Amino acid sequence: MHITVKLFATLRRGRFDREILDCPGSTKVLDIVTRLAIPEKQAAIIFINSRHGGLDTELHEGDTLALFPPVGGG
Amino acid sequence: MDTLASFLRAHSRGGCIPLAIQKGAANRFRCAFARVEEEILKLGLMPERYLRNRQTITTENQLRLLQSHVAVIGCGGIGGYVIEELARTGIGTLTLIDPDTFEEHNLNRQLLATLESIHEPKVAAAERRVAAINPAVTVIAHQCALSRENGPDLMDGAQVAVDGLDGIPSRMVLAEVCEALDIPLVHGSIAGWYGQLTTQYPGDRTLQKMFSGYSSETGIEETLGNPSFLPPLVASMEAAETVKVLLGEGTPLRCRLLSVNLLDMEFADIPIKE
Repeated sequence: MHITVKLFATLRRGRFDREILDCPGSTKVLDIVTRLAIPEKQAAIIFINSRHGGLDTELHEGDTLALFPPVGGG
Repeated sequence: MDTLASFLRAHSRGGCIPLAIQKGAANRFRCAFARVEEEILKLGLMPERYLRNRQTITTENQLRLLQSHVAVIGCGGIGGYVIEELARTGIGTLTLIDPDTFEEHNLNRQLLATLESIHEPKVAAAERRVAAINPAVTVIAHQCALSRENGPDLMDGAQVAVDGLDGIPSRMVLAEVCEALDIPLVHGSIAGWYGQLTTQYPGDRTLQKMFSGYSSETGIEETLGNPSFLPPLVASMEAAETVKVLLGEGTPLRCRLLSVNLLDMEFADIPIKE
């Protein structure tokens, strides 16, 4: 299945800003995070089709996954 | 009869009241500067300091802002600029909360950090700054950290809370206090070239959901730091959101995450669905 992955801020470094990944069925967010060598703690905010998701959320054909690092300064 | 209203009417110049007249009226009628400001605005006149707000903030709305109360939690990088802008805008009451004193490493970005204010409590420097800009603004300063326990008391009366905090857990505390007080929260945070903003209303729980799987104390700011240009940018957006929320104007950043990336000069407005 095809998942559109959008990366924000530092997660883009050495990766990409937007790419369509070919993934096996039953792929979870964590599988993609691992595949992209993103440390788990760096995937702080997870949106799937603009809805809040988690590392264990299962993805489906055509989903758009957006990942943001933790931005916590002030 | 010489009343405050007749005095102000007699001394208005083209619908405007200069600062010296406003101060003079406060002395003459033995009332607070803010009270005179309220009377000026109720008469449909405008203190001269707000003249350039006029097309954007009407006299009626200027009065609403004077009668408004905003809490700024965290008076450092973002908070310092938020306080500056809200004081200049003429928000009548600002509750300021921060446990810290200024340190040298704040000088790269924090508006209120100066050679003179190093080691001074941030809320004290902020109170001094507001007094120097706009005597119509009442400051309620608390030099302590916000907690779920003290939050409802410290922020009592505030209609909107503005996030100037550092770290993610403290923001979760603020989000819960706002939920308990049933008031909106304007969130903004920064790290390196990046920032993010959202405005949440009671019941939205946007921040709580967004960071539901996140447990660390700090974010990427720990390694990236915070350069000078992010705090004023994000603070200005938060100040604008605050004024919009108070006046019920425009479209707030509700159920949306604005992701700011100055390295690629990209602003991504991400809708958040339930």
